[in-house]
Amino acid sequence: MSAPDPMAEIRASFFIECEELLEALQDGLEAMADDSGDLETINVVFRAVHSIKGGAGAFGLEGLVRFAHRYETVLDAVRSNTLVADGDAIKLFFRAADHLSDLVRESRDDGILPEAEGNAILTELDALLGDHGVAEEDEAEIEFQPLGLSLDLGLADLPAPAPARFTIHFAPEPELYETGNEPYMILRALAELGSCEVTCLTDKVPQLTEFAPEASYLKWTVVLTADVQEAEIVSIFEFVDGLCALTIAPIPSDVPAPQDVSNDPLPELPEMPDLPDLTPPPAPAAEPEPAQPPAPAAKAKATPQSAAKSVVRVDLDRIERLVNLVGELVINQAMLSQSLESSGLSPHSDAMNGLEEFQRLTRDIQDSVMMIRAQPVKSLFQRMSRIVRECSAAVRKDVRLVTEGDTTEVDKTVIERLSDPLTHMIRNAVDHGLEPTQNRLAAGKPEQGVVKLTAAHRSGRVIIEVSDDGGGINREKVKQIATDKGLIAADASLTDTEIDNLLFLPGFSTASEVSDLSGRGVGMDVVRNAIQALGGRITITSTPGEGTTFSISLPLTLAVLDGMVVQVAGETMVLPLNLVIETLTIDHSNLEQTRPGLNVVRVRGEFVSLFDLGVELGYRSAQDSYLDAVVLLIADEGGSRAALIVDEIQDQRQVVIKGLDESFYRAPGIAAATILGDGQIALILDPSDIIAQAQGSTLAIAPNLMELTS
Amino acid sequence: MSLNILAVDDSRTMRDMIRLALEPAGFTVTTADDGVHGVEVLSGIAPDAIITDINMPRMDGFGFIDAVRGQHKHRATPILVLTTEAAPELKARARSAGATGWIVKPFDPAKLIKALQMVAG
Repeated sequence: MSAPDPMAEIRASFFIECEELLEALQDGLEAMADDSGDLETINVVFRAVHSIKGGAGAFGLEGLVRFAHRYETVLDAVRSNTLVADGDAIKLFFRAADHLSDLVRESRDDGILPEAEGNAILTELDALLGDHGVAEEDEAEIEFQPLGLSLDLGLADLPAPAPARFTIHFAPEPELYETGNEPYMILRALAELGSCEVTCLTDKVPQLTEFAPEASYLKWTVVLTADVQEAEIVSIFEFVDGLCALTIAPIPSDVPAPQDVSNDPLPELPEMPDLPDLTPPPAPAAEPEPAQPPAPAAKAKATPQSAAKSVVRVDLDRIERLVNLVGELVINQAMLSQSLESSGLSPHSDAMNGLEEFQRLTRDIQDSVMMIRAQPVKSLFQRMSRIVRECSAAVRKDVRLVTEGDTTEVDKTVIERLSDPLTHMIRNAVDHGLEPTQNRLAAGKPEQGVVKLTAAHRSGRVIIEVSDDGGGINREKVKQIATDKGLIAADASLTDTEIDNLLFLPGFSTASEVSDLSGRGVGMDVVRNAIQALGGRITITSTPGEGTTFSISLPLTLAVLDGMVVQVAGETMVLPLNLVIETLTIDHSNLEQTRPGLNVVRVRGEFVSLFDLGVELGYRSAQDSYLDAVVLLIADEGGSRAALIVDEIQDQRQVVIKGLDESFYRAPGIAAATILGDGQIALILDPSDIIAQAQGSTLAIAPNLMELTS
Repeated sequence: MSLNILAVDDSRTMRDMIRLALEPAGFTVTTADDGVHGVEVLSGIAPDAIITDINMPRMDGFGFIDAVRGQHKHRATPILVLTTEAAPELKARARSAGATGWIVKPFDPAKLIKALQMVAG
């Protein structure tokens, strides 16, 4: 390996490939577990482990090779039907896959391989094979030794006693030609060992009338003088061993060398390329052409689309830079349009038309850049299936993880930052969400609990849900705990949703006994903060006896947003456009007051609560009359709707999201900020949060919350 | 002497390794991801030798060798099997499918080059 650099690169690429293989392994095992696999599934599983072993061997990662090899041996037994993979075996395979992925990671980071755990799993794997396995293992160990024979012709290294001489008789069988071997090459390799005297025996070549084009007629006798061991000569014939009559006999040294073992046996050789013409194109003689070959060719035609796509690997930093630049481009473009508009150009002028085109292009570039960063959530979900396995084993519950929407693509950063919150939610679902087995049976549910993890795109956002089929939230208990901890007033009257939301309060824990699993000092409040930091929201729905669903709604990208720019009490603000359903004006016919201070607006026969954005944000006190006010009808993912009063709608445009860092007070209802075309800073609102605040679902809590956090 | 080599392996790492081993030695390497892909790629090139893995999706090494040998012009094209499995019965099977020789993974680049020169000149 001459250059270390390309090796390092291949090594890096190997570990990336390992991730893919591990993913395929997981998929395969899952298919085996729920019996949806076919004959090919076990092959895929086997190949994944096999390829990891192959690559690991090339990089001398012995611990990895050793484990992969024995794992593979067991999988091979399943593949060849000598072992039936039952439920327990598949569970073990999952654990082995988990361990394999640990080994891959440790090998990549040059960490310490967890030997003890590996050995325990290997012992169990070997046990699956029984006696048969042990025998096979021994054989396999030997089999994996680097082969000594091979093609080591290293002449230079050998000590040079008196040159030995050998007589070699070499008579190819037709099969030698059929396998693509070529006597010329073998003779040439012999010539490289030392000086050769080659005689071609043509006495078997028949008359032309009897000549069979594909028969083997020629034989050779070679007298080789070279400082080599016989084994080296044998190694040259390794590939044709059994395909020719071969004798290699040392010539005793007292036999005088023929005078003319000249130093140039090679001049003879250049003629030999003609041999194939002489001995006609080597191929099976009278045998008919095998009938199968056309079939694979046809198959090749049938499935070309599944050929691997070509892939370019790019440093993430470069993409980040591109994303940032595109963000700047969007701002710049907005500034340009603003200045062109204010210069009084006609909207139909070439400049304005060009600008429109420019806008469209910017949008396309942006979408494309976002697509580069998007990744399927599958890898994330697979990590979660491991969490489920590990933690269900820890709390001794039988749990199955069902995933949906694995192919949903989400920004890479979002995927990475979702890992911790999701892990916590999954642990919660297994530990707290699902009832103990005896309770499940008593409730007439199947013993095996189901945790479901789904991802989907919905109206420009990504919705990720974690649900369980457990007992649902015990609201009595939640309320009791909240009261005991002084989080709510004892006499507070809360709706179900409000009680559920208590779970998100800092320091709240419902498990009466803290298990070693989810009682890690991390509460749902941390989960919510993590989600909010991603510009997302988390909501709970729970039905007693049927289960609980946590729903996370995230923006597709962290960089840009389609926004509606509005004026409220002299402030410019931005609302996410995808939440705005429609705009309307208030008049006598649609304004109603249900009770003092609570106005509703009638929209197509439905009443929607009306909020003055200026009041909710604390810019002003409630107006006397809202007649003729402009109203934005908004709806959040949960489907709840509200009408927000604003002073003026200014524009719809893309804005670049600039996060508000920790040094800013985290004001309710404010998601982020942006820079507008005129260089002004505007706040980006989170309407759902505003509605939640205004509707009072958190009002009862808020004062206490302030106390706790201050 | 520059040889054209077709390397068929489903592992990207292996393909990269083969490339890294052969290209500095002056070989021209074309790669394919599995047997089916290998047959497709083969129709566009005339390799001096072919290297193939055995365990591959869609079409394994044996199927691939069969398919290659089934094409008249490739009846004598040297094919080396590159495999982690050195079991004698696998060698026998590879040979009966028409493989010219075999190399055991992990391979030593020098040996791979020797083997290729051995079968393809």
